[in-house]
Amino acid sequence: MFKLKEVLNRSLLTPFNIIAGIIILIGLIITALRFSGGLAAVTNLSDYNPWGLWIGFDLLCGVALAAGGYVTSAAVYIFGIKKYHSAVRPAILTGFLGYSLVVLALSYDVGRPWRLPYPFVVQAGTTSVLFEVGACVLLYLVVLFIEFTPAASEWLGLKRARNLVVRLTMVLTILGVILSTLHQSSLGALFLIAPSKLHPLWYSQYIPVFFFISSIIAGLSMVIFEGSLTHRYFAEKMDETHLREKEDVVFGFGKAASFVLAAYFAVKVFGITMDDNWHYLSTGYGAWFLVEMLGFVALPCLLYSLGVRERNIKLIKWTAAWTVLGIVVNRFNVCLVAFNWHLPSSERYFPSWMEIGLSLFIVTVGVAAFKFIVTYMPILYEHPGYKTPHP
Amino acid sequence: MEFFTLQDFYTYTKGIAYILIVVTLIGMAGFWLYLTDQDNDDRE
Repeated sequence: MFKLKEVLNRSLLTPFNIIAGIIILIGLIITALRFSGGLAAVTNLSDYNPWGLWIGFDLLCGVALAAGGYVTSAAVYIFGIKKYHSAVRPAILTGFLGYSLVVLALSYDVGRPWRLPYPFVVQAGTTSVLFEVGACVLLYLVVLFIEFTPAASEWLGLKRARNLVVRLTMVLTILGVILSTLHQSSLGALFLIAPSKLHPLWYSQYIPVFFFISSIIAGLSMVIFEGSLTHRYFAEKMDETHLREKEDVVFGFGKAASFVLAAYFAVKVFGITMDDNWHYLSTGYGAWFLVEMLGFVALPCLLYSLGVRERNIKLIKWTAAWTVLGIVVNRFNVCLVAFNWHLPSSERYFPSWMEIGLSLFIVTVGVAAFKFIVTYMPILYEHPGYKTPHP
Repeated sequence: MEFFTLQDFYTYTKGIAYILIVVTLIGMAGFWLYLTDQDNDDRE
């Protein structure tokens, strides 16, 4: 249970709290400006560039990097690889926080956020890809919340509620995989409407497939990356099972990430082949595309495979961080760099400092929430009162 | 490469795609063996 006395006895002036406090304070000021002055008061968005950093980073990267939840629970509960069981709760928590922050960021980005429920209660544009994305994200957020509740219930001592949700584990996992498959790919499908705006090297009729496969890579890499950070900063919270299974998770997920990266590279080559876009590779955009493909896809694929074969845990952890960065680069390229590529530089979009500040604010809120939950709830250890298998 | 009909275009692009599919399938199988042969050695 939450021990207020314990919290009050500790000094609140830690380096993390000071930096997080400053970022959150700035974020709150930007929030006030955003909702009092509108989007124009804080962003560089325009009619040419209606999707900026908040969509490119907070939404597209946020959704992709939160894919660890469905990837890990599918591995453990559907494929039955029980040795990764200890990774499920941290991955579900990362996913739940990630999706919650995506919705938070979206409420800043849409012009009239109070209309966000409209597609569900006023007019369902069932032929719209965006409707499908919205519906899946909403439903998946609910699924992630229910999947997260066993940890919260154990913390709060709600034994009956916790046991009820544990019985639903398989149903929730299947729902999670279906909903994730749908909306991870549909986020890519959103760009199918703009074939003339997105550079041909990034645009393809297979872009939903690219987004879906890269989300699996993001999920696998994020579990390794987040696992190595939690092991570094919350090692004292981990029980024996978590510490024992840690290496299995790193090697197993590293191997899977290497294989999926190879498949992703092949599918991207198919994309170029089917549209006969080879001649673009000799242009400036082509050079940047090659940096993405060779530096952030082929290189991590090779490094993961070397790490797995040489049993080099450090190499895999650094590769995971590099791959997470690669996912961010890819989503930035699709949404910002290669989008509106034909416009003169004076019309191109670059985020304002307040857009960057708000994205930092949202990430900081996520990190602070993760820190709080991992500190007080049984995420990295098994609650002594619930030693039976649980999600 | 210059194309005059859609059929020309698809004949060219799909021709390359089919070759790539064969190369990829063999390559992926080989890569999987490369990734997992360490596990097999450990098991033996």
